[in-house]
Amino acid sequence: MNGDSSKMSCAEFQDRMAELIGSGEDLNAHPHLKDCADCRALLADLKTIAEAARQLFPSVEPPDEVWEHIESAIRNEQSSSDPG
Amino acid sequence: MSDAPTPTQSPQRSRANGREAAAQGAVAAKSAAAPPNAADAEVLARAQTGDHQAFAQLYALHKRRIYSLCLRMVGNVAEAEDLTQEAFLQLHRKIATFRGDSAFSTWLHRLAINVVLMQLRKKGLSLISLDEAMEPSPEEGPSRSFGAPDLTLTGTIDRLVLERAIADLPAGYRLIFILHDVEGFEHNEIASMLDCSIGNSKSQLHKARLKLRDALRAQNRQEARP
Repeated sequence: MNGDSSKMSCAEFQDRMAELIGSGEDLNAHPHLKDCADCRALLADLKTIAEAARQLFPSVEPPDEVWEHIESAIRNEQSSSDPG
Repeated sequence: MSDAPTPTQSPQRSRANGREAAAQGAVAAKSAAAPPNAADAEVLARAQTGDHQAFAQLYALHKRRIYSLCLRMVGNVAEAEDLTQEAFLQLHRKIATFRGDSAFSTWLHRLAINVVLMQLRKKGLSLISLDEAMEPSPEEGPSRSFGAPDLTLTGTIDRLVLERAIADLPAGYRLIFILHDVEGFEHNEIASMLDCSIGNSKSQLHKARLKLRDALRAQNRQEARP
């Protein structure tokens, strides 16, 4: 981060967000956010989305038939590769 | 082979993602891929020597997470079942080559992800490799938005709307969002699965969330119309 980062426009800040995150920077501590309610709201939205995602898609078991098919396919592969 | 235990009846290792753990009143694990215990390592070692019972146990341990990943990626039960089957068949063929350079769960997920991406390619989606999945075309990327306060999301997000928005994400964004925000994997694990840098994993996740925000805001605007 350079000394001008607090003077960044929203466009500049948002353009650099992915790069800053990728470099390991804590965006919440970025100087631009001190004076920018809109970009703070944007980050709050992203946090809300991440939290909402944890409530999604109940993890489910595959039906028993999947294992039966796997066993059957393994048997077929083994018998076809068996030289006897 | 018939004397193998029924994997569906075997105990599930408690490595659920945060949502499951919360639902069970348990403390969510910090990482989705906990280090294997000695018993798991022994099962793995036996499976690598061709022990079918051990392979059945491995299936029982990992089937839920692999199936759920497939289902979340393709959104279709029959297809997810086929992909789960194919992933475990590939595991059976390749398990002897696992050398422990990464956690077994990470390795298995990588294998399953490749199976899923192959399927998406067959369906005509224009991605052929993990690299392409991780680099969506510019038009697929999030738009810049200068968050006018009236367009920010409220504290609650409609679950169905969010699920639909995730399903509509480009495959690479969807994959990384599901792995991190839904499945609970850490960036270092995702980087290993997708053969990318940790920084790339972080920045792609950020873009995925931005893209979802675009979609959710668009939905809000639609609903706000008289």
